[in-house]
Amino acid sequence: MSPAIPILLALALGLIGWLAARSRAWAMRKAVRAEGGELHSLPNYHGWYVGLWAVVPALAFAAVWSSLSPNLVLQQVLSDPAAQGLPAFGIQRDAILAEAQALAGGGGATGFQKGSAALVEPFRAAMHTYAVIGLIVTLVLGFAGGAFAYLRLRPHFTARTRVERAVMVGLLAASLVAILTTFGILASLLFETARFFSVVSPVDFLFGTHWGPDPMSEPSSVSGDRYGAVPLFWGTIFIGAIIAMAVAIPLGLMSAIFLTQYATPLLRKWMKPLLEILAGVPTVVYGYFAALTVAPLVRDFGHMIGVASASSESALAAGLVMGIMIIPFVSSMADDSIAAVPQAMRDGSLAMGATKSETIKKVLIPAALPGIVAGVMLAVSRAIGETMIVVMAAGATARLTANPFESMTTVTFQIVAMLTGEGSFDHPATLSAFALGMVLFLVTLALNFIALRVVKHFREAYE
Amino acid sequence: MSDPATLSRDARIAARLNRRYAAERRFKALGFVAVLFSALVLAFLLVTMTANALGGFQRAELRFPIDFASGAMTVDPAQLEGANAMQVLEGAGLKDVVAFAASQSLGDAGAAELPDGAWREVGEALIDDPSRLGGTFQAALPASDDLAAALRKDGQPQLRGLADQLAAQGKLVTAFDWGFLSRGDATGPQDVGIWGALKGSMLTMLVTLLLAFPIGVLAAVYLEEYAPKNRWTDIIEVSINNLAAVPSIIFGLLGLAVFLAIFPNYRSAPLIGGMTLALMTMPVIVISGRNAIKAVPPSIRDAALAVGASRVQTVFHHVLPLALPGILTGTIIGMARALGETAPLLMIGMRAFVASPPDGFTSPATVLPVQIFLWSDEIDRGFVERTSAAIIVLLLFLLVMNGLAIYLRNRFEKRW
Repeated sequence: MSPAIPILLALALGLIGWLAARSRAWAMRKAVRAEGGELHSLPNYHGWYVGLWAVVPALAFAAVWSSLSPNLVLQQVLSDPAAQGLPAFGIQRDAILAEAQALAGGGGATGFQKGSAALVEPFRAAMHTYAVIGLIVTLVLGFAGGAFAYLRLRPHFTARTRVERAVMVGLLAASLVAILTTFGILASLLFETARFFSVVSPVDFLFGTHWGPDPMSEPSSVSGDRYGAVPLFWGTIFIGAIIAMAVAIPLGLMSAIFLTQYATPLLRKWMKPLLEILAGVPTVVYGYFAALTVAPLVRDFGHMIGVASASSESALAAGLVMGIMIIPFVSSMADDSIAAVPQAMRDGSLAMGATKSETIKKVLIPAALPGIVAGVMLAVSRAIGETMIVVMAAGATARLTANPFESMTTVTFQIVAMLTGEGSFDHPATLSAFALGMVLFLVTLALNFIALRVVKHFREAYE
Repeated sequence: MSDPATLSRDARIAARLNRRYAAERRFKALGFVAVLFSALVLAFLLVTMTANALGGFQRAELRFPIDFASGAMTVDPAQLEGANAMQVLEGAGLKDVVAFAASQSLGDAGAAELPDGAWREVGEALIDDPSRLGGTFQAALPASDDLAAALRKDGQPQLRGLADQLAAQGKLVTAFDWGFLSRGDATGPQDVGIWGALKGSMLTMLVTLLLAFPIGVLAAVYLEEYAPKNRWTDIIEVSINNLAAVPSIIFGLLGLAVFLAIFPNYRSAPLIGGMTLALMTMPVIVISGRNAIKAVPPSIRDAALAVGASRVQTVFHHVLPLALPGILTGTIIGMARALGETAPLLMIGMRAFVASPPDGFTSPATVLPVQIFLWSDEIDRGFVERTSAAIIVLLLFLLVMNGLAIYLRNRFEKRW
């Protein structure tokens, strides 16, 4: 049975409760008004009050039940005589159970594992039992909640106050999701990173210069000297913070200056959305563009200027395209900081006889520099977290080299490689992805934190 | 020219002014070049993609007549009404009939380049219109991947002669492939379609929207209208601002470590993908929602409160409807970003080969950007064109979404 059915039934109960309570409140209002009185709350609020009481407990139960019932089903199946033949532990036991469950749930699965067919019937029976129990309890809860609320309705019942209190709780809960997400990210990264560091020492990881995890090796024989992440950090910095910024900073800054200071309104009206389009192109498209079009050009150029090692997956190709992707970002940040410089400073410089470009170079940019630097930091944090371009164009070999024509790998590339490979989830190679993620998270967090503070101070300085 | 020292003071000033004006012009030209460069890169990207994509919307087709009237196959048209019509046709030997007609018209070498499953397209045409059984049917079936490559002057050299010969007879043509928009993924570039990924994207986006929009709007309302100024509110604000800047791949790690640990059976399902992307989209909606709510003038709130509305009524009856266009604009932009997102979905396993379109929120699926990524790894030259075609479809969707956002902004946004 689909998990949607209890939810839909609970919602239907809520609707019935809403309608019933509202019509009751209308009737009460008519009676009260005949005596010259008035209800405390509008009839709609009585409806919402009953509706909430009917829906919320029932849905809460349905949510808990849907995470609880798979375990209960499994318990019942395992106590079935047909389950005695299962292997005691291990992957095969899980595979048989998963397959029997899939078969029992329908959906066109086919049985490959020996012994799964015998378990289909127990599974089907158990799933049916627990689904029916869940459905009945959901309905009872919804009905009980609705009836309790319905019986409380009186002319002087403070339905509006109560509903509004529930609304406020809902609002608060929604805004707590953000904290919960941040906490979830931190907790999951910390947990898996701790497991990784119990095998590989943090010193080896942070300062080692050889990266070559083997996901298929025996987990117990893993040694720290294959988990030195320095080449990854270098690749990330070289592609994201050096090559990409060498493209994005001059172009982004000059674009911002041209569009805000020189361009006619018509040109600005057309060019600004164009830059926004550049920012809206999905990264996978940039990655494909880098791999298909830019990388061969870069390789041929490398051969032309005599770099024999120029490869078809190069740091330069990935960095160039990443820089192009970042241009609109740098441009809009620079735009904001230049606009925040007070008009009086600009006017003063122009009144002294400086040309426009002299004003820009000697007054506006120095005055806007903190904002521009903060913008560049945000751009760097975006560039080093960028994944698809490097996955598709930068290559997989971890190298410590300053030759931009060679292939180079980054933190994000290795996260993808480790987690989409063949290794088991508990292997240090897989866990290393979380350690890399932790480093990436902390670095981008620090960059953003500093940048936002700088921007804030800078804004206050001119206000 | 002449020695500067001998020049008059005016001439020196004029020369310096000229130099300064020249610097001014150079600086301006530099700025123009920077903007032009971005425009040219964008144009170059779009032109290369479109040029490649033109081939991706087409496929190489073998065309030959099949004579059903001669009675090689006897099928009662009434049997083609039921659900198992394809089995009926298979039992009646449609496959052999198609193969025979192909070798008659194309020769044995040509017929060998007809893929095994191609007869099913004839079967579908017959089920569509059983009266075709009474006459000669002009079949247009996909050629094999090798023959398609040969037609592009690519792939195995020995097939190129055959391809040229069939093409000269008009029996091998490239034609617009409507099926590309309605099929699922496949192993060969001739048989792939985009519908599976498109449907996966739509289901995923629906989950994202249903989660991120209400949570984002409610959080924005709370923070902007009700939140007291204290430590907790500060923590919420800081975490929302940080979440908006966290690399998307980190959300993938979260989805892998948390969501997949809770729902291990839903690996690569749109439900998990949508939940992961919702966490990523929510901060965007909160930030744009707060700006939209902030833009509603206080006089609206004062007026509502003055006539006796409660604080909740003020916000939900007056402020929120006025802020809605701005909120929707931000939501669409956030959704467009989520639609193009690849990395977090790779993390939660949406990279498996899924041939059939997903039939629900919990069945295995892939999404458009991931499909593009997977096809880009294929070696066959045919996949380059297919990938570009998929990219064009993705870009069109993004264009429509962003266009809608701009329309909403221009049409409904009020300047107070």
